[in-house]
Order: sequence, then structure tokens, then C-alpha cells
Amino acid sequence: MFFLIIKRILLGFITLIIVSLITFVGTEVLPGDACTTYLEREAYGAALEACYERLGLNVPAHERYLSWAYNVIQGDFGYSLSGQMPINEVLGPRVKNSMVLASAAIIIGIPIALILGIVTALWRDKLPDITISTVTIFAMTIPEFISATLLILIVAIWLEWLPGIVIVPTDVTITELLPNIILPVIAIAMIMTAHMARMVRSSVIQVMSSDYVQMAILKGVPYWKMVFKHVLPNALLPAINVVALTIAWLLGGVVVTEVVFNYPGLGRLVIESISNRDLPTVQALAIILASIYVSINLIADLLTLMLNPRLKTLQIRK
Amino acid sequence: MEKIIQKVKNLSVGFKSQKGKEISILKNITTNIKKGETVGIVGESGSGKSTLALAMMGYVKQGLFTMGGECIFNSSNLLAMGNRELEKVRGRKIAMIPQNAGQSLTPNLKIGYQIDEALKLHTNLNKNERDKKISELLNKVRLPSPETIALRYPHELSGGQQQRVAVGMALAGNPDLLLLDEPTTGLDVTTQAHVLELLNFIAKDTGTSMVYVSHDLGAIAQVSDRIIVMYSGEIVLEGPARDILKQPIHPYTYGLLKSIPKLSLAGLPDSMPGSQPQPGAKTKGCSFYDRCNLAEDKCKKNSPNLEYVSELKTSVRCFNYKKLIEQKSEKQSNIKRNEKNIKINEILNLTDVSISYAKQKLLDQIFNKITDSNPTVKDINIDINKGETIALVGESGSGKSTILKSIAGLLRTKEGNIKFDQDRILSNDLKKRSSGDLRAIQLIFQNPDESLNPNHTVEEILAQPLKLYFGLSGEELKNNIIGLLEKVRLGKFYLARYPRQLSGGEKQRVAVARAFAAKPDVILCDEVTSALDVSVQAAVLNLLQQLKEDFGTTYIFVSHDLAVVRAISDRVAVLYQGRLCEIGPSKNVYKFPSHPYTEVLLGAVLEPDPDIKPKLVAEDIVEDKPPEKGCCFQGRCPRFLGDKCKNETPPWQIGDNGNAIRCHINIKDLEKKQNGN
Amino acid sequence: MATKTVSEFKKKNIYFKISEVLVTMASKPSGFIGLSILVFHILLAFLSPYLAPYDFKAIDPSLMLQAPSSEYWFGTDSLGRDVFTRTIMGGRIALTITFFGSLIALLWGGLLGIFCGLVGGKIDDVVMRIVDAFLSIPWILAMLLIVSLLGTSTEVLIPALGFFYGKGIVRVARAATHDVIAKDFIVSARARGHGNLSIIWNEIIPNVRDAILVEGAMRWSWMLLGFSSLSFLGFGVSPPTPDWGLMISNARGLMSFAYWAVIAPIVGLSSLIIGINLTADAFAKALGIDRSTKAPV
Repeated sequence: MFFLIIKRILLGFITLIIVSLITFVGTEVLPGDACTTYLEREAYGAALEACYERLGLNVPAHERYLSWAYNVIQGDFGYSLSGQMPINEVLGPRVKNSMVLASAAIIIGIPIALILGIVTALWRDKLPDITISTVTIFAMTIPEFISATLLILIVAIWLEWLPGIVIVPTDVTITELLPNIILPVIAIAMIMTAHMARMVRSSVIQVMSSDYVQMAILKGVPYWKMVFKHVLPNALLPAINVVALTIAWLLGGVVVTEVVFNYPGLGRLVIESISNRDLPTVQALAIILASIYVSINLIADLLTLMLNPRLKTLQIRK
Repeated sequence: MEKIIQKVKNLSVGFKSQKGKEISILKNITTNIKKGETVGIVGESGSGKSTLALAMMGYVKQGLFTMGGECIFNSSNLLAMGNRELEKVRGRKIAMIPQNAGQSLTPNLKIGYQIDEALKLHTNLNKNERDKKISELLNKVRLPSPETIALRYPHELSGGQQQRVAVGMALAGNPDLLLLDEPTTGLDVTTQAHVLELLNFIAKDTGTSMVYVSHDLGAIAQVSDRIIVMYSGEIVLEGPARDILKQPIHPYTYGLLKSIPKLSLAGLPDSMPGSQPQPGAKTKGCSFYDRCNLAEDKCKKNSPNLEYVSELKTSVRCFNYKKLIEQKSEKQSNIKRNEKNIKINEILNLTDVSISYAKQKLLDQIFNKITDSNPTVKDINIDINKGETIALVGESGSGKSTILKSIAGLLRTKEGNIKFDQDRILSNDLKKRSSGDLRAIQLIFQNPDESLNPNHTVEEILAQPLKLYFGLSGEELKNNIIGLLEKVRLGKFYLARYPRQLSGGEKQRVAVARAFAAKPDVILCDEVTSALDVSVQAAVLNLLQQLKEDFGTTYIFVSHDLAVVRAISDRVAVLYQGRLCEIGPSKNVYKFPSHPYTEVLLGAVLEPDPDIKPKLVAEDIVEDKPPEKGCCFQGRCPRFLGDKCKNETPPWQIGDNGNAIRCHINIKDLEKKQNGN
Repeated sequence: MATKTVSEFKKKNIYFKISEVLVTMASKPSGFIGLSILVFHILLAFLSPYLAPYDFKAIDPSLMLQAPSSEYWFGTDSLGRDVFTRTIMGGRIALTITFFGSLIALLWGGLLGIFCGLVGGKIDDVVMRIVDAFLSIPWILAMLLIVSLLGTSTEVLIPALGFFYGKGIVRVARAATHDVIAKDFIVSARARGHGNLSIIWNEIIPNVRDAILVEGAMRWSWMLLGFSSLSFLGFGVSPPTPDWGLMISNARGLMSFAYWAVIAPIVGLSSLIIGINLTADAFAKALGIDRSTKAPV
């Protein structure tokens, strides 16, 4: 058990190292370096030299990677080109804002997905299932930017219930932020919830047709007790990993949604820094987003390990 | 008159086909279960026996529905009850012991909890009393140290233990009726005999009525007072167990009993042609018409009714049952095996073969651990003669399939070598074997569903070896394929079919044809009949025997079924935990089993004869791996001597009958002791 | 009749199988709707240049933001271009790019997956680790980076999308291959001494094909979603090419008084994505594969 956990954590780190290499090599191999792409037409003479000097681009690539990686481990991502300030300072409030958005979506989305998934599975092919499943197919297929645009059009412009565009400074406090995130959260949560609900549904259906559920029925276990004791623990266990993947996938949706709502989070920073060709910031973002992905998967793995009696005892006995 | 506790009246259960047609899988079943009796329901897969048992609990599987009739228990119809009422019957009045306990116990709940759940639902005991009752129940089903078992999860128990837990759980509510759905199928021979013995004990001890559903007439014979034989969703024969087994008056039962290989009889059992019709395939006439040798014209047009024959106290669904009564019990006409082809001319020599599954792990390499001094299979020495059938028998984990795989080159041997045709050692590496050597050794697998590519037609399947080894193509290839199909008694029209369009027996025939396509010298048969129904099994065994006589092929036949081995093999090697225990001519090993393990194994075999009871000589403990030193069977041996068996590897001894055993006890003494039993 | 060779049977079977699958798909209402929408969009993509009433790039400031009328069925946009014309042509680029992108994804993802599933061991570990690492970079970041550095031409977008959406197929193909190689018919072929290529071609591919195709169909709908997101962010096709994502993005700012310019492309894009999705679902069901247990990675 212990070794297994250590192994998973190590594998996560290896993934991060590969990610950093990919982004580093990627920005290296693609035409132009940080300075030429950033300065564009002014990329000559003293300005270019100064830029090289500041970013340390005049040393060989592998040395640059090592010193960059060394700094990153210590929590220093270097210097933003467009913001003219340390990346850490740019990132700090953005990360917080995005976290608020994403966690709100997750906190709302997971319970709803569970309930919808379980309801559709238990009333399989009956009216609740057919209606909910049809709705989830729509919710699942419509891209975030469309649902976000429609939400703004209907709720903010036509009904005038909520503000459509978030107009707050980057370093806003959480209490000030909250009223603004309702629409973005709905836009993000919709697609994620629909995916998870579908997944939970099929997992529950699979367990419902297992031998041990039939046995529980034949033992005289009342229906709801059977659902909660015999079905759900076994159905939700394999769902954990898929839910984690869905959450990680949502990171991409966050970027688009933030742009639609003009939300001051990581997503908008992605667009801004790419539009500004601010490669050091892009690298930092890649690492941060990848570590979020890796840690979510790690948590899911560990949860599965802890909750699955099969794996638990197997490891202890060995 | 005894009290009737469950009455099944005109029960029909069916499903709706995709085209909306109603197809019945149980047709008009009427029967009664009396208090205290054990009724055996026997039939092949698809005969509807499990559906009937489930209906007796008021349960109909998803996708099926009740077309008519009722199951009356305590004067109320279970099939018309609501779920609330059923919850009070299920587990309390009627309990089920399922086929595969491993999959029927909820994986995330501890054993103790699952039994406690049943107790909470169906008794008024308080917590302390329930805890005591759990131990009591686990004790009753003879599980060692009940307190620790209760704290375990299902996957931590062996198959036999899981089955015992299921029995204990069923007894928790003190039911009036126990339904057992193939409770011993899938267990090892010795475990199966022990579980059956336990069930018999419980039936006597508690006076519970039992309905025992099985495809295995051997098991049914050991437990039942009365037997119901089902075929294609109908009861075809019903009556006292002894009469049905001794004088079956329905042609299906008659044929079924004849197709079961028996320990006491050498030679191949009679086979029945054809297979059971698919549900909905037949609309009129007797459902057994196609396979019956007593069939007449009227059987084709009219379906016979279940007729009560008072002098035999038996009900039978046949127009011509009287012919079977007159026929009386003639001696079984066994096809005598032809042993002429065997030459003392060795084709395969296994010398000191050891095989290990353990891989050297990175950690072990770092810590410099010595890997696997105790391989899965060790010290196997067998010389196989041209044209003989040698069987490897043993329970699961005995290494019998492992040995086959290494002969086929699929597994590397760790030590020792395998010599082919006396002159060349077969390479350990499959890729280094010559095309000729590969052709010479062919495999047939247990489950034809897995061994035939579902995306290939029969023609493509059979074309593969022909193209590979003989480079055939075009007309010649086609003719060869048709020739092969004819050899396994399948017609030309099978060419374009996919495996899913064939019955189990037909698929296995295709697999046999594929093996013979290579014109091999040796065929390795890995449990080739264990996935088949009994009546189909006999046909496949006969086919294999016929082909062997035609082509002089050598078979290495792996099976857990001792009766099948008895029927087909010339020589038998008994394995335990990857070690050879006894080897010798079949007739002698079966008549004079010398090694204690052989004795245990043979004692546990269930015969379809109420007069032959299994002999339980040793405990059915499951051992994970063989002991590090000494005799491999020391842990379970009924004749265990002590330190000598623990520490010293037993020597080979050769008896007067030609069987060799590996045991510390003198072979003459062993023979004497066993005859004394 | 009696002299039909194996290959003839095979050919007949493939046509038979395709028609069988199509019939099964269309026999359920959701599959029928999905297929109809998809066919409608494909036809529209081919025919729209001939059907369009106006020039898609004709700018006329005097016609700015006209409401829908008998002349301009869906109104006009902020540059006075006919929204109807631009909407019916708006799917052409998206369909083309994502279709070829999915083909590329299917090809490299499927082949690498089968390879990994086959060889196993260390090579498999390393490759899967790298694939995992690519998975953990959000696709949008990677795509944006590539597009911003290399431009938004079709020659960049198709391989880039194909590459990023192929990683998921690698996993599916690998898992399917893993399941298949444990089966006895593969063991049997190995024991007979068939070569690796023959085993891959004859035994493995026919059995993993369905799973990979279904995955590919699924990727198509996700890729469309991803591509239009890129377009929406301004990193997809460049103006004045009509494209739904771009149209939504352009018309968004003025949607408080010209909602028609947003609604029309939204309907176009949503219907296509739903159509592809329903089709992929029906396709999976017709082949007996459950696709709802998979995460959209």
C-alpha cells in the first residue's frame, strides 16, 4: 500500500518533468525565440540583446532548462515579458480567481451529477431517464462558449437578472467575486455535470445487473438499502477516476468561459500571454495547469486505493 | 400425505424477441415441492432450470416476464406479490444459494456484515445474539476460525470458502425452502464433494426442503430424493431419484446417463446427436424429436403430455417410453478403444522440466534476492509414446495447463528440456522453433468462444493453418477445408458462418478441425470438453478418439474431470501443485490408486449413481503454493508420516501394476491400505 | 457459388456489415435524427456555395445590423454581410478540418495504441507516460501555442488537431489490444507460428477495429467542439472566411441589439455537434460498445 502510494506520486512527478520538457522543447523548436516573437519587428540590435540578457537566452538551451527547472522547483517562474513583472505576482491572484470558479463548478456539479446519474440508472428507460438523458446529451455536446453566450443573452441581456460581463479588478476579494461567478459556473458545470451523470448512470446500471445485487434482492434486502449498501459503493468506485479525468478536462473549458465572461482568471491569462507572445508566462501556465491535472488524478488514484477493499487488503497482505 | 410447501402451477416464463415475438423459455411447468425433501432439477444449459428456481422465489430476471401460471408458497402466489411482501419471504422463508458465490457476495462488504444483514432482516435477535449466531452459522458450514472469517472481505476467501459463506448466509433466516443454483459448479473435485456432503448434512439436520439445480447428474444423484429432468423449457421426466437414475424411461434422460463417462467403466460413453433447440425455434411436436432414436411420425406433429406412470411413480413426457422399459438395462455398449496404434516409440520426452511464473522484479534485483527456488512446476519427467493418449489430471493450480503451454512453446521452461521425436530438443523460444516442429504440435483450447476469432468465418479459421504450413490456395485450399469439415462431421454450409452462429459443440468441432488441419503428430488438449454440455461432450470425445485412430495422433489431454480422463486416456499422470504424484496406465491407476493424493481425488468423484457415495479422505484446504521442501502433498495427506514427509523429497517407486508413485510409504503397503478401505 | 474464395466472402461481408450497421443505427429515433442532421450538414457543406443568395464577404456599411426580413432571412451582421449566407457556409471549414483531423488522429492513435498493447513491457510504459504527459497539458493551451507560433492555416490546424485528439485513441486502442491478446485465439495463432504482422493484421485489427472507429467518431465531435472554441477565441480560421465560431465571437459584443447574428451560427454549430454526437452514440450502440463510461480526454 505504502509503496503503491509512493509509486503513484513518483509517476506524477515524472509526468510533470516530461511536461516541462515538452513545453520547453516546444517553445525551443518552434520558429523564433521568446525575444524575437515578443519584440516582433523591433527584434534587432540593442533591444534584442537586452531582452536576451534579461531572459538569459544567451546561454545554451540545456543549461537554460536546468536553471529554469531549478527556479521552478523553488517556486520562481521568472519574469513576465508583457507584464514587466515577476510571473509569480501575475499568477497569484489569477490562480485564486480560477480556483474559486473551478471549485464552485465542481462542488455544484458532482452532487448533481451523482443524483442525476443514479436517478437515470434506477429508472432506466422510464420517463425520468429518458428526459434527463436527452437533456444531458444536449448539455454535454454544446460547447462552453455557446452556453456561456446564450446565458449572457438570455439571463443578462433579455431578463436582466444578473450581470453578463464580469468587470472586477484582478485582485478582487472572494466576497466581491461571488455574485459575478454564477453564470460562468453554470456554463462550466453544465457540460461537466452532463458527462459525469452519464458515466455514473452506466456504472450503476452495470452493478445493478451483477450477481451480487441479484443475491441481495433474493436475500430480501429492501430496495433502498440495497441501492445504498450494495450498489452505490461498488458503482461509484470506478467512477472516481473518470470523474477526475472529466475535471481535468474542464480546465480547457475554464479558459474559454473566462474569456466569454471577461473573468480575471488563469484562462484569460492564457489568451493574453499567447496573444502577447509572452513565452515565459506560457511555460509557467503549462506547468501549473499540468500539475493541477496530475494532482487531481493522483487524488483520484489514492481515493480508489483507499476505498477499494480488494486493493487495500491485497497490499497489506503482501 | 406429506405437506406441500411450494406449488408451481402451469408456469410459463418468456421474453420478447427483437421482432416483438413472445418466446417462452419455461413452458407450462407444474410440480410440487414437499416438506423435507430434496428435489434435483437437472438439465443442460438453456433448459430453463435456473429460471424455474428463481421463479420459485418470485423472481424473474430482467428481460424476462411471466407469461402465465403461478408459484404458490404458503397459499399465496409469489409471482403476483409486491416487492414489500416478497422481502419478507425471500431470505426468511425461501433462501437461495447461488452458483458463483465469489460473484454473489457484495465485494465491498465484509462477510460478517453480509450475514448480519440477513439476520437483522429476518430474525429478532439483538446485536450480541446476532454476533453469536454469525459464529454459529460459520461454524455450522465448517469454516475454520469464524471470528476472523467474519472480518474478511469476500475476495480474501477461496472458492470453497465463499460457497460455504453463501450457505451460511442462506441459513441465517432459518428458511423452509432452500434453492441451490449449481452450488458446486466451478469448484475443485474434492471441494465439491465436501460442499455436497455439508449440504446433505444440513438437509438432514434442519429438515429444510431443498431444490437442487444442476447440470451435473453426479451431484444430483448424491443429494436428491426426487429428480426433475428438464429439456428445452419443459419437464420431460419426474420421479424418485433412484428409479430415474437406474431406469430412465425418457429417451433424453436415457441418452444423457449413457453419455456421462464413469469411473467404473473404461471406454468412451455413448453420444447423443445434435443439441438442444434454441428457445422459440420449435413450434410443434416433441422438442426432443431431432435427437431421439425412438422418434416416430407422430412425435414430429404432436407434443406428448407429461404422463404419470403409476408403477414407477414417475411422470414422463414421451409417446414411446414403454419401449425403454422393455429395453431394460442392457450392458452399456462402449466403443472399445483401440490400443493397437500405440508403439513403444517415444515422441516427446520431458526431462526434469521446471517452469516458473515469477518474474525477477527490480526490487529483488537490487536487494539481490534469490528468485523462486520454488517454481510453479518442478521436476516433471514424462516420456510420451507415439499414438497414445496421456492425460494430466489435477485440481486447479496443479500446473497441468502450464506444462501444456511449455510443450507448445508458449512458456519458457526454467530447467530441463523437451525432446521431440527422440532426436531434437524443442527450443524454449517459440520463434526459434522450425515450421515443422510448430506444425507437429497443435493445441485445442477449453473454450471455443475464446479460441476462435469472432471476426473470422469458419472458412477463414480453417484456411489459416493450411496456408501457413502447406501454402495452399484457391480450389485446393477450399477442397481441403471442406475435407476437414467433413472429418469433424460438419457440412459445407458451415464455411461462411461466424463462430457466434454455431453451437458450443460445433465451435469445438471447428477448433478440432483447425488443429488437425496441420496434420500434427501431437495434439495438446486443454480441458477441451469442460465448457460443453454432457451430451455434447460425449460426442466430442468420440470424435477425438475416431480422429486419433484414423491419423495415429498422440494426445496430451489435460482435464480436471477424472471420469473423462478415464474414458479417453491410455495413461494418466496425476499432478499436485506442479509436482508429479503418480503416473501409470489408466486402467491400473483407476483400479489400484496408490498415491494418497490419487486416492483422495478418486474418492471425491461424484458418480450418477445413488449407490456410489464419494469417500472424503482428506480436508479440502486450498494451498497457495507448494511447500518449499519435502513432499508436495504433505499439507493435506491423510497418511502423513511427520518429519520425513516434511523434509525429504519422496522417492519414485514402481508398483507391480506399472504405476509409479512418489511417496515415502512403500507402494505395497499403500495398495494394501487402500484395498482395506 | 461453391468456388467463392475467402476474399470474395470478405468483400461481401464488409458491404453487408456497413449497411447492417447503418440500418441498426437508423432504427432508433436518436440514431435516425443524428444521421439525418449529419447528412444534412454534409450536403449543405457541399451545396452551400450554390445556394447562397449573397456573397459571403460583401461588406455594405449601409446594411449594418439589419433585423431578419424577407430579403435577409437571418438579418445582417455588423459589417452588413448576410447572416443566412454566412451561416449556411459556416460549417464547411469546420467540417473539413475536423474530418481530416479525426482521420489523422484515428490513424496515428490507433496504430500507436495497438503497438503499445502488443509490445507491452518497458516500451509501453515509456510511451504511455509520454502520452499521459501530453494529456496533462490542457489541449487549449497547447493548441493556442502552436497556432500562435505557426499560424492558423489548414495545413497547421489539421495535423495539430489530429495530433492532440489522437492521444485518447492511443489509450482506447491499447486497452482493446490488451483485451484481445489475452484471448486464446491469439495464443493459438502464436503457437501455430504465425508472424507478428500476420497476427496483427488477421487477428488483432479485426477485433479492435470497432472500438477504435467508435472512439474516432467520438473524437470527431470533440474536435469540432475544440476547433470552434479556437475559432471563437480568434485562433481558428481568419476572417472573412465564414465560420460559426468566429461569427459568434464577432457578433457577441453587439448581441444586445442584434441577437440574430449570434443565434444563427449557434444553431448551426450546435446542431452539427449534436448530430455527430448522436451518430457516434448510435454507431457505438450498433457495434455493441458502451461509450458512456469514458471521460472526454
